[in-house]
Amino acid sequence: MDAILLQILNGLDKGSAYALIALGLTLIFGTLGVVNFAHGALFMIGAFCAVTFSKLLNLSHTIVDDSRKDFLGNPMKIDVPYLHEFFGQAAGDVIIDWAVPLSILFAIPVMIGIGFAMERGLIKHFYKRPHADQILVTFGLAIVMAELIKYFYGANPIPTPAPAAFAGSFDFGALIGADPNTIIYPYWRLVYFCFAAVIIGAVFAFLQFTTFGMVVRAGMADRETVGLLGINIDKRFTVMFGIAAAVAGVAGVMYAPINSPNYNMGMDFLVLSFVVVVVGGMGSLPGAVLAGFLLGILESFASMAVVLEFIPGINQIIIYLVAIIILLTRPRGLMGRKGVMEE
Amino acid sequence: MSFSNLTRRGLIKTGAVAGAGLALPTYLSAAAHSGFTNAPQGDTVTLGFNVPQSGPYADEGADELRAFELAVEHLNGMGDGGMLQTFSSKALDGTGIMGKKVQFVTGDTQTKSDAARASAKSMIEKDGAVMISGGSSSGVAVAVQALCQEAGVIFMAGLTHSNDTTGKDKRANGFRHFFNSYMSGAALAPVLAKAYGADRKAYHLTADYNWGYTTEEAVRSSTEALGWETVNAVKTPLTQTDFSAYIAPVLQSGADVLVLNHYGGNMVNSLTNAVQFGLRDKMVNGKQFEIVVPLYSELMARGAGANIKGILGSQNWDWKLEDQLGARYSGTNAFVQSFGTKYGFPPSQAAHTCYVQTLLYADAVTRAGSFNPCAVVEALQGFEFDGMGNGPTLYRADDHQCFKDVVVVKGKENPENEFDLVEIVEVTPADQVTYAPDHQQFAGGSLGTCNPGA
Amino acid sequence: MLGLSKKDAGLLAIVAFLCIFAPFLLNPFPEGSAMAQFNAGYPDLMQRLVIFGIFAIGFNILFGLTGYLSFGHAAFLGVGSYAAIWMMKLLTMNVVPAIFVSVLVAGLFSLLVGWISLRRSGIYFSILTLAFAQMSYALAYSVLTPITGGETGLQPKYTDPRILDGALPAGQSPRANLFGLDMKATTELRLGDWVFTFNAGYYIAAATMLLAFYLSIRIFRSPLGMMLRAVKSNQQRMNYTGLNSKPYTLAAFVISGMYAGLAGGLLVAMDTQVGAERMFWTASGEVVLMTILGGAGTLIGPVLGAGFIKYMENIVSKINETVLEQWFAFLPDGLSDAMVAIVYPFVGKGWHLTLGLLFMMVVIFLPGGLVEGGQRIGRLFRSKKSEPETPDGKTTPAE
Repeated sequence: MDAILLQILNGLDKGSAYALIALGLTLIFGTLGVVNFAHGALFMIGAFCAVTFSKLLNLSHTIVDDSRKDFLGNPMKIDVPYLHEFFGQAAGDVIIDWAVPLSILFAIPVMIGIGFAMERGLIKHFYKRPHADQILVTFGLAIVMAELIKYFYGANPIPTPAPAAFAGSFDFGALIGADPNTIIYPYWRLVYFCFAAVIIGAVFAFLQFTTFGMVVRAGMADRETVGLLGINIDKRFTVMFGIAAAVAGVAGVMYAPINSPNYNMGMDFLVLSFVVVVVGGMGSLPGAVLAGFLLGILESFASMAVVLEFIPGINQIIIYLVAIIILLTRPRGLMGRKGVMEE
Repeated sequence: MSFSNLTRRGLIKTGAVAGAGLALPTYLSAAAHSGFTNAPQGDTVTLGFNVPQSGPYADEGADELRAFELAVEHLNGMGDGGMLQTFSSKALDGTGIMGKKVQFVTGDTQTKSDAARASAKSMIEKDGAVMISGGSSSGVAVAVQALCQEAGVIFMAGLTHSNDTTGKDKRANGFRHFFNSYMSGAALAPVLAKAYGADRKAYHLTADYNWGYTTEEAVRSSTEALGWETVNAVKTPLTQTDFSAYIAPVLQSGADVLVLNHYGGNMVNSLTNAVQFGLRDKMVNGKQFEIVVPLYSELMARGAGANIKGILGSQNWDWKLEDQLGARYSGTNAFVQSFGTKYGFPPSQAAHTCYVQTLLYADAVTRAGSFNPCAVVEALQGFEFDGMGNGPTLYRADDHQCFKDVVVVKGKENPENEFDLVEIVEVTPADQVTYAPDHQQFAGGSLGTCNPGA
Repeated sequence: MLGLSKKDAGLLAIVAFLCIFAPFLLNPFPEGSAMAQFNAGYPDLMQRLVIFGIFAIGFNILFGLTGYLSFGHAAFLGVGSYAAIWMMKLLTMNVVPAIFVSVLVAGLFSLLVGWISLRRSGIYFSILTLAFAQMSYALAYSVLTPITGGETGLQPKYTDPRILDGALPAGQSPRANLFGLDMKATTELRLGDWVFTFNAGYYIAAATMLLAFYLSIRIFRSPLGMMLRAVKSNQQRMNYTGLNSKPYTLAAFVISGMYAGLAGGLLVAMDTQVGAERMFWTASGEVVLMTILGGAGTLIGPVLGAGFIKYMENIVSKINETVLEQWFAFLPDGLSDAMVAIVYPFVGKGWHLTLGLLFMMVVIFLPGGLVEGGQRIGRLFRSKKSEPETPDGKTTPAE
């Protein structure tokens, strides 16, 4: 029982990451009709916004300490962050410690900018081209983005820890009267889950309760008619692309402490997020979110030792197996609309 | 127009079909002249350095490449000579290999066996490489080793830790300087028992592929022999990035030690996740909960950041060995000095093993007096040497595996810089990690005989 | 000729010419010159060029004709490879049974996958095929290690049974052969500074590709090909006329799966090893890229695309800093350093960056792939000679 509760918790957390990425992907697909293979790369760039921001905070000047030697026997060079000089050692360290949450403020404008540039500079020209071309050009872009990051940051993962306040884990077991240490969960992952819930809620609210969102939804349903009504739907779609990029970006920022970012993490998520979107049903936002959580939870269950004893290797294939079963029983995924991406 | 019958790389079996079927004149191969593949022509010799340049191990590959360049420099008599001064064999004199200047070509393994083979083949077929070295995973090492055996060139393995490389997949033309899973287990177990006690309950997370299997087996059998109990062993997919689902149940199982049989990105992520769960702050069975990572890599330790503090693991070599443990490990400082001067930071163990392998090959050629792979194999088999940073070392003839001391390290509590991440805990002497050539963890392979190609 | 129209026969003749003289065409630079780095006329790469050509030709029969975008074709290549290597381990090092069985096994596997996946269309079909391929990869890498060798893959060993072959002589490693003709048999032709390499394995692979190419022309021009194009242009209308399109698309799927198996078998025949990575989704993606890059739906496009990508992978990735320094050594010091610094990010370990940029450029500027590029150049020349006529390249896209 404890084990199952724990894996549900786990699945919710894992699912929130899938859902966030799939949400952005569906937004772009649903509004613009573009299959964006560079979406994983946007997530990766978001994570590297956190890396860059903490590097910026750590900008330092070098002083030479003659009393200590480095490994070659030369005088040791010591880096002193400017923040220490501006705010004093203690306050400087606190700011550096909170680099990841702070970098959201940095990431949002950057990601919106990248999203705008991408849409205006590249994607715009591909609205009328076949999906295969869209896939190819965004895939090329994803490679270029990843390689640029590799060029500047190297291939190695870069540790980007969460603030010290969120270290350690919360004991749910004690809360519900189970044995201590049986149901524990890291604070930062709980933060991530809440954060994902807020973002998903905000995107839905934006689409549901604002005029802007209403027009976009109308555009998703029938772009031509909305255009005929004299509404400049293109401009709104550009904004939506920026928002989708920002959603992917902040998802990446908050994910950085969970797994140290590396240049290839976008590709790792790309295939998975596509499976999530398709299982949810093309063009359906609630479907994407639902599928994200569903696959997250199932994946967590499949990784339990008891399950693996019965079916060795099930953890390797569970996501794809579920995808096949769902697509065979529900032709357009969980909540897909008829006629979208079926030709 | 003339048909030359002197092929630099080709090998021909004169089949009647070849002549008739393709209507091409076939000539006897280079065998008539040199007797082996890619016999160096003129006053240069070409070595092939095949390292990961894209994919997750690209940084490790870059470090290997730096070491190779340094080794070539030293062989050609440039720079400060590095380990040539401390190497116990004095055959090398800085004039290249047997008077031939050393050149090299590089390629990208992509850490995929197919790509690694393609890259190595182009070095052999196009560039005329007479030796291939490098690599950062066992899959690649085994694939390229088999290729070199077929093609008739020498393979000096880079970083490969699976037992299989010199176990069930060993080949006569392949040599491994790096240590292996068995040695990690044998070296770690006594240190673990001493540090954490002999009545521990271990929970293994194992990467679900060959290297993971051999490492888990090695660590399990070594620790169980000292009284540990293995509570559970769960396999994790290679492509996994978030290990929370595997780590969450660990505490419920009643285990008090977590062994992470992971490498590279898997290791960074699983360790980071385990520390996030606060495992190391917990008390289980009245004991402090501990995490163990059997194979350490400096580059990956850097990726895991502060999470590696206090975590035990094993290494083939560490750049602080000679400073801390004395002249037995001579060669270390000479190498660190020339590497550090050239590149500005200390070398990783991957760089060290690649550098040493290149020198060992050059030395074996010089001692044998020939580039012929069979002569080189003979010169390396049973070769005992010293002054290469690992103390006295034996290249065993039975399986082409080096036997030397294994370094047990621990993540440093207060690192001074990003290269100073681990501290040496203990060095397990070579005879404690030596095993019989027919040990069951290495069963099922045969070296065969050396193949000179051509 | 051979049941082909004049135009198609001409195309086949061109491909045959390219295949036969590839050792010359791919080695345009003299040995030892600075440009020799760009020579691709060595056996391994030539073999890979034609083998991946076969793979892409087969993929194009499915994608180019029916428009069904399979994202899991590498699985068939991998399954074919495993079948071939097991033939070599158990039966004989002769490549004929290995290739035959690889085509057969890949065909059966694609029949299973196709039968299930073709129940859906569009992106749902793509994800189904992707799911099958990813499952094959994950299982081959881990749980199926006893059969597939897992991480280390499979290679022939001395100790394999090989019941049809006699025991190997001492010191011999098992070699793939065609009735005694070693795949590695090579002869060289030296003309001054130029060295041209002729390899038995390459010519066998090239002959197979010619055959595969010829078959694909016949399929394109057959009633089946017509039916498949009808599926692409409007499946609904086809169904309304009372035609059941599924047997036709399934046939196309299985044929292209068998092409992939043939490529897998040949890969093993030329280089006796299999690793699970060849089934990873990036490998499936690669064949999609090859086909679209070359020109989907055209006959020769996929072959060009395959050649382009494999050339990039094998040649550009090998250019390192030392090579660059040699190239620019003739420039003054500062300038040569600057040139090295500018070019370096794009070659060697940066070859992926160049690949990504080239993809984008081709897709943006040449929507019809390399074939369209060729046609444009052709048109340019022709328009100089005479008034522009209706553009009609050598190859007509499927639509």
